[in-house]
Amino acid sequence: MHPIRLILTLLLALLLTGAPGALAQADTVEALVRALPEGGYSEREKVIFALAETGDDRVARLLSVLGEGDLYLHEADGRVVAARRSGEGYAISDALSGEALGTVEKGALEKIRVNNRLRRAIDGAIAQLTLMSPRAPVRLSAARNLLKTAEPDALDLLDKALARESDADVRRVMEQARAAIVLKTETSVEEQLAAVEMLAERGDREALAMLTGALAGAAPPVQSALRSGIASVERRLALWDALQNVWYGLSLGSVLLLAAIGLAITFGVMGVINMAHGEIVMLGAYTTFAVQQVIRTSFPGLFDYSLAIALPLAFLIAALVGIAIERGIIRWLYGRPLETLLATWGLSLVLQQTVRTIFGPNNREVGNPAWMSGAFELGGLSITWNRLWIVAFALFVFAVLLAVLNRTQLGLQMRAVTQNRRMASAMGIRTPWVDAMTFGLGSGIAGMAGVALSQIDNVSPNLGQSYIIDSFMVVVFGGVGNLWGTLVGAFTLGVVNKFLEPYAGAVLGKILILVFIILFIQRRPRGLFALKGRAVDA
Amino acid sequence: MTRTLTRRTVLATALAGTLCLSAGTALAQEETIKIGVLHSLSGTMAISETTLKDTMLFLIEEQNKKGGLLGKKLEAVVVDPASDWPLFAEKARELISVHEVAAVFGCWTSVSRKSVLPVFEELNSILFYPVQYEGEESQRNVFYTGAAPNQQAIPAVDYLMNEEGVERWVLAGTDYVYPRTTNKILEQYLKDKGVADDDIMINYTPFGHSDWQTIVSDIKAFGSAGKKTAVVSTINGDANVPFYKELANQGISATDIPVVAFSVGEEELAGIDTAPLVGHLAAWNYFQSVDTPQNAEFIDKWHAFIGDEDRVTNDPMEAHYIGFNLWVQAVEKAGTTDTDAVLDAIIGLETPNLTGGVARMLPNHHITKPVLIGEIQDDGQFEVVWETEDTVPGDAWSDFLPESKMIEADWTDPINCGNYNTETETCGGAS
Repeated sequence: MHPIRLILTLLLALLLTGAPGALAQADTVEALVRALPEGGYSEREKVIFALAETGDDRVARLLSVLGEGDLYLHEADGRVVAARRSGEGYAISDALSGEALGTVEKGALEKIRVNNRLRRAIDGAIAQLTLMSPRAPVRLSAARNLLKTAEPDALDLLDKALARESDADVRRVMEQARAAIVLKTETSVEEQLAAVEMLAERGDREALAMLTGALAGAAPPVQSALRSGIASVERRLALWDALQNVWYGLSLGSVLLLAAIGLAITFGVMGVINMAHGEIVMLGAYTTFAVQQVIRTSFPGLFDYSLAIALPLAFLIAALVGIAIERGIIRWLYGRPLETLLATWGLSLVLQQTVRTIFGPNNREVGNPAWMSGAFELGGLSITWNRLWIVAFALFVFAVLLAVLNRTQLGLQMRAVTQNRRMASAMGIRTPWVDAMTFGLGSGIAGMAGVALSQIDNVSPNLGQSYIIDSFMVVVFGGVGNLWGTLVGAFTLGVVNKFLEPYAGAVLGKILILVFIILFIQRRPRGLFALKGRAVDA
Repeated sequence: MTRTLTRRTVLATALAGTLCLSAGTALAQEETIKIGVLHSLSGTMAISETTLKDTMLFLIEEQNKKGGLLGKKLEAVVVDPASDWPLFAEKARELISVHEVAAVFGCWTSVSRKSVLPVFEELNSILFYPVQYEGEESQRNVFYTGAAPNQQAIPAVDYLMNEEGVERWVLAGTDYVYPRTTNKILEQYLKDKGVADDDIMINYTPFGHSDWQTIVSDIKAFGSAGKKTAVVSTINGDANVPFYKELANQGISATDIPVVAFSVGEEELAGIDTAPLVGHLAAWNYFQSVDTPQNAEFIDKWHAFIGDEDRVTNDPMEAHYIGFNLWVQAVEKAGTTDTDAVLDAIIGLETPNLTGGVARMLPNHHITKPVLIGEIQDDGQFEVVWETEDTVPGDAWSDFLPESKMIEADWTDPINCGNYNTETETCGGAS
């Protein structure tokens, strides 16, 4: 910002808030800052409000430092300082002027504590102080904060800010904030009615909260307006809620699809009951952790690409483990499903305990890259980025797998071997090699699923256990041996689950799904998309 | 016949030998006092319980450095009940009958505790249980060194009500005995305080629940009724990480809807990036960040023992620290490790806790504890924002449930009963 503009803005801010003479004010601000460490939270809250009222330009920065928990009392000289960790000690600077005061040990500082109530007060105060900022985004976030806190004292300030606001977006939020405050204060009926209309038009949960909150103390004509406003917001929200549920269902479905798709190959195509499938997913998740660990220590700049690096590695590691399992154990047990089940179950325990011994029993922290954090609004939907990426990733994996099965030499051989092993063998296909490759492919995909699941779930040795049942459920429901069945099965179960959950609760919802699948399998033992023809009986 | 028997004897001897070896008996000639450690080292609960096993080994090593107990060295016998509740009972029996341990430190979940109770009663041994739990129990052979509901849940709700002005409550928990009982107590308590039925939402989820989208958005919707809303979470174990991740992703910050958790400590936070969670709360009786000389010393020694500066300390560890010290004192006072003598000696004993107060063993087998409310910080630690002025005595039977408010536990003469009905003046509970 240009310095002259800064000074002008500050002067304007001073004039607008009607601050007393600059000299007297300097005294009070300093005195107030000295009073910050004293007393409990309620005393501190009063000091914060008093600080905000001074309108001093240094206060906004001071308060944001306080809100972040970086404000300390320097015990030796009773000075309030901002401190940041630097090496062994803390680098301190004056709270108001920002003048550096050297480095001290942690023991020399006493933190000025804030709790949630103070953070809210600070947010409100900062919003008031930055409402006149020359930058539109700052004004917008200030207006949003005022909308949230709806502090009646801010009304005059908002009016002044509105008078000179030119940006349409900021203006709208400011008007809504004003409406929220008007509803809270004693104003004329007309003004209140206008405020109700303004908020009803906003139509989101925040608006609903404000309208419902105002209902109790309102005058009769305003009350009826409030009721119809609430009803219209609720109608709007109900529609969006249904859409939101569909989205949640799709997102749960994509997780199920990811977990099950590897199994659709090993169990669906090859017919191997692999109880260690979940543990292979877990290996993928731990690969992500290991990759992120290396990146954190050696190449911190690459963190946002950690998942892209982890994906091929996870595929490779999981595929190699899968091939080893097939060569070492499963190939001796073809055609003996019970023994396979027991052997792979034992193997899953071995894998779990191995990971527990190497990485420890605790959860490991796998970070979300910046592009997978947070959410965005789409109409009334709030869509989290990580879920969106997982849906996209699941569909991508599905498409690639379909292409591999239907368009490549390996895919052709796989299908040939599963449909008629002896005939395929007679045609010169090395069936043991195809078995190993198929199992490796299924396992590799499970490993890639692990990378995605590490973004939404715990990375702990138990990760796989929670997915194994769901995976089998999806494959059996969708129809063994059919990839499309797995896709449709996963999304159906996801959406049905999410529509049941609000009514039946998470526990009962899960039970109902299981009952539904059992009944369904009774009617259609081969699942949604049954394979037809002689291959089925082979 | 004789041959079979001989073979069997040889086998048994070999087996016993292996067992002794596996327990690590280096001091075979010297007589030792054995202490059982009954914590899951594999399975779902290994995440929480492995640390407690290490804590016990650490405490026993420290005691041996001080010269042991009654002139003998202490020796840990570690078994792995593998997060399998019936196996807890089997392993407890093995510890008491085969290894003849003087006391057992162990269990985490309430169901594992319930499964070993009959064993400890039958074989008359001692169990120290270090985790916060739902109360409504006091058994002659068990010492509850974790918090009872009045030492954790009730003060936390009071804090939210008074300091944050919360009027609407979400009670969210994992579907098993601890959350269900705690929520029953809390619901009654809130209603006694004048909270309307509509302002309480109760939600249960299965163990290891990972898809929190619907529930978090329900909480968001519940919070938009124009009243300050808070979540009281008894969500346990692995389900917490996806829950907090979803909260952060859906943009619910602590200033909007604070979450106060009873099962999330330093250990559980180790798997999450806590920056978006700053300000969410937890109620415990100990935090690693508590600034006392005792705590600093404990953390230093713990780091030296475990060889890793990053390992955190948590509330159940402090509970084991207190329980172990009380047991050591009781054995010294009684002059023997005999169960009945120790049970008599331990009541009324005091030991300093790590937060600058004193833990006293009460006649109801619970202890006195301070209650601390901490806010999550961006470094994965908690900062205390509120604490009780004095320690709070643990109450075995909740005063807020109609069926248990007239029941008291007192294991001293003349009552000597875990569920003494003060109305009918008989031992035997409500009926």
